[in-house]
Amino acid sequence: MRQIRNIHRYARAVASVLGVSGLEKRYRRVQALAGVDLTVEPGQLVGLLGPNGAGKSTLVKIACGLVRPTRGRAEVAGAPAGSLAARKALGYLAELFRFPSWMTADEVLALHQRLAHSPGGASERGELLALVGLPEARRTRVAAMSKGMQQRLGIAQAMVGSPRLLLLDEPTSALDPAGRRVVRELLEELRRRGTAVLLNSHLLSEVELVCDHVVIVDHGRVVAAGAPSELRREGGVEVETASGIRHFPDARRADVPRLVRELVAAGEDVFGVRVVTSTLEEAYLEVVD
Amino acid sequence: MTAIVLYGLRESLRRKMFAVVLVLTAGFLALYAWGAHAAFRDTRGFVGPDNQNLDPDVLAGAIIEGLAMFATLFLGAILAVFLTLNVIRGDAEAGLLQPLVVRPVGRARLLLARFLGAAGVAALYVLGVYAATVAIANWAGGWKPDRIVTPGLELAAAVVVVSALALAGSVFFAPIANGIGTLMVFGAGLTAGLLGEIGHAIHSQRLQHIARLAWWAFPFDALYEDALHRLTIDTTGFAEFVLTLGPFGGSRQAGTPLLTWSVAYLVLVIAAAVAAFSVRDL
Repeated sequence: MRQIRNIHRYARAVASVLGVSGLEKRYRRVQALAGVDLTVEPGQLVGLLGPNGAGKSTLVKIACGLVRPTRGRAEVAGAPAGSLAARKALGYLAELFRFPSWMTADEVLALHQRLAHSPGGASERGELLALVGLPEARRTRVAAMSKGMQQRLGIAQAMVGSPRLLLLDEPTSALDPAGRRVVRELLEELRRRGTAVLLNSHLLSEVELVCDHVVIVDHGRVVAAGAPSELRREGGVEVETASGIRHFPDARRADVPRLVRELVAAGEDVFGVRVVTSTLEEAYLEVVD
Repeated sequence: MTAIVLYGLRESLRRKMFAVVLVLTAGFLALYAWGAHAAFRDTRGFVGPDNQNLDPDVLAGAIIEGLAMFATLFLGAILAVFLTLNVIRGDAEAGLLQPLVVRPVGRARLLLARFLGAAGVAALYVLGVYAATVAIANWAGGWKPDRIVTPGLELAAAVVVVSALALAGSVFFAPIANGIGTLMVFGAGLTAGLLGEIGHAIHSQRLQHIARLAWWAFPFDALYEDALHRLTIDTTGFAEFVLTLGPFGGSRQAGTPLLTWSVAYLVLVIAAAVAAFSVRDL
């Protein structure tokens, strides 16, 4: 039975753009990952959440071949993570990255086009800079860019060659609200194009807004996973009456008609009803120590 | 591969340190020209009528060119170390390496390309400065080395070996530790060469043995001393004897086994760096 379960798990991992099964990583005495299973399907936008030190960045680094796993499997587009075939299929934005200060935005993208064997040429570079909101920065040197501009250039760099999988480690950490909005729109555009994205972020509201699926990692393990709507919990019903707002903490959406009938029958005037659901942040705090 | 080599070359040439080295080199060559002119002029008066088989121009030329080669090796080694000391760990800590490593290039090719870029710049620099010093010696005293091309190539090869050591060190050590360590190894190699000379002068078998071991452990010194040797390889008689006494006395013939070993050593150091880098978590 266990073998059959493992075969199913492995088959699912192979069919996906990113398939991780039983992944473990130990840095000397520190167990960074303790058996993680995760899949990202084509075109899926998956949010990776977890506290600092939970193992999120290690997971992303294993997926892009920067770190070797101690045990388990990680495959990108059916090829072992870190292999040339796997690296051809992905784009990566590191949490901490820098480009040479003497290069212009165009030179950075041209270098990565050559390394990624992208035939896109100048038109791809122009399109990517426009997508990240830097259409005028083509000839701007990295040294003259703000941190936010460099972050956007980093995202453009990750998208060189139209990879099947984008691994974005804290892509909005240095961005202002306008920049975050640009990234959100960009993620929507990527979804439309069928690019799979694994988004590692601390900004839960952002993940809640754009991701199809959320994986919460803590102490190197997946502690919760599902669509944001599945992770959110119903937290009762609030009814606005003439005598004030009445709370029914144990009630669910299905109970609303009955509650309204009972209140009206009891002589209350009902002005509004709200089904209370927890936010992703509350769901996250519930499962994370 | 070419993209990374060009990237490495451009990075090397754009560093402020490279500009500083060029300014220092210009200063060194100007002083060298002045000193060479004075040396040739003054040593012509050393030789009396009874010492006609000692050519003062050979003596002055060989000594000042030998010293120029030492300075060139030193400047070239500094340049090589500074161009390679942060290639792996330093660039990884700065976040410059990761975007390149995740590309479908291969870590071995990436490392080799960065090495070719940095070692290429250092080797071309050494060849350029060496050629300039030979030209200046010829202008100042009409002297030229017995062999012109091979000593320059050996000097450049010595710097390439130093580059490889700094590159390998960059896989394991932070930039400052790597820079200090590599320059200490470089200094140890040169010191061992000097110890060998002292051992030769005082007939100490132990010192000569240490120097021979050091040549195998740090073949850049063997290449340097062989290059010095070739400057006056055809000089014989009293001039040859006098040259072995002066500051230019560090010349020794390395021989084919050591020269072959230098190539193997270079390959081994780079292979070790590639092997270590390929399993390193970034």
